[in-house]
Amino acid sequence: MKARVIVTLKNGVLDPQGKAIEGALGGLGFAEVSSVRQGKVFDVELAGTDKAAARTKLERMCEKLLANTVIENYAIEIA
Amino acid sequence: MKTAVIVFPGSNRDRDMFHALEHITGTRPLSVWHTESTVPDVDLVIVPGGFSYGDYLRAGAIAARSPILKDLVAKAGSGVAVLGVCNGFQILTEAGLLPGALMRNAGLTFVCREIRMETVNNATRFSSKFRKGQVWRCPVAHHDGNYFADAETLKRIEDNDQVIFRYTDGSNPNGSINDIAGITNAKGNVLGMMPHPENLIEPLNGGVEGRLLFESLLDEAA
Repeated sequence: MKARVIVTLKNGVLDPQGKAIEGALGGLGFAEVSSVRQGKVFDVELAGTDKAAARTKLERMCEKLLANTVIENYAIEIA
Repeated sequence: MKTAVIVFPGSNRDRDMFHALEHITGTRPLSVWHTESTVPDVDLVIVPGGFSYGDYLRAGAIAARSPILKDLVAKAGSGVAVLGVCNGFQILTEAGLLPGALMRNAGLTFVCREIRMETVNNATRFSSKFRKGQVWRCPVAHHDGNYFADAETLKRIEDNDQVIFRYTDGSNPNGSINDIAGITNAKGNVLGMMPHPENLIEPLNGGVEGRLLFESLLDEAA
């Protein structure tokens, strides 16, 4: 089973890297860009076919390691 | 005073710490490899600076899940003094021993220079040898030292006097919230700080104020 975990910074947490990318896009002429927030994507392959069980496991992985819930949110997509 | 330094793959300030501890306490610290399961019985455990696991995922994230951390958390819970410097601070926040998180420097660049900081609380076992309000220079060398905590956590650590060191005179090198350079846990036995006191112990370093931190602990253990 394939899953994708998306980790993003919480609202209100300053993202200097996103800001720098935003500035660079502006410099390239993409004047319509008003904000960029940088995040992380993890493609995880898991054994088994039970999607509900996989989601529970992935939530635990996020809480224990993949995200720092002090500053980050996570979303899980299972294919 | 008996001390131990935990070493991870990618630690690089562990030798500076060994030198400082041996020089100041007169006893060679124990070296503890991250795969060990027990922290020896000592008065002070140090998590040194460096780039454990190459800062993969988040600075300190992988090291904070090492086997040795389980016992370190238990020892800290029982009141043993724990000091995390630089990457050690990042590891202690990732392990949940200290509140908040350390993020990429606001200026996005690695900073390696001297900053000025103020000892804002000298009523702790880590800072009793400083004068309250003492301003001192100390080296920093990091890319992820931008301390962040949500408003509620920040209020709690400020109200509880857990901020021990604060960047001062406009020398905040990383955008750290409230100019925070070092904090303790609520109980006061775990300190994390970005500046390197172990690199400020000889006149040749340009100052000896870093000694005060270790001498405070020495006093406490005596």
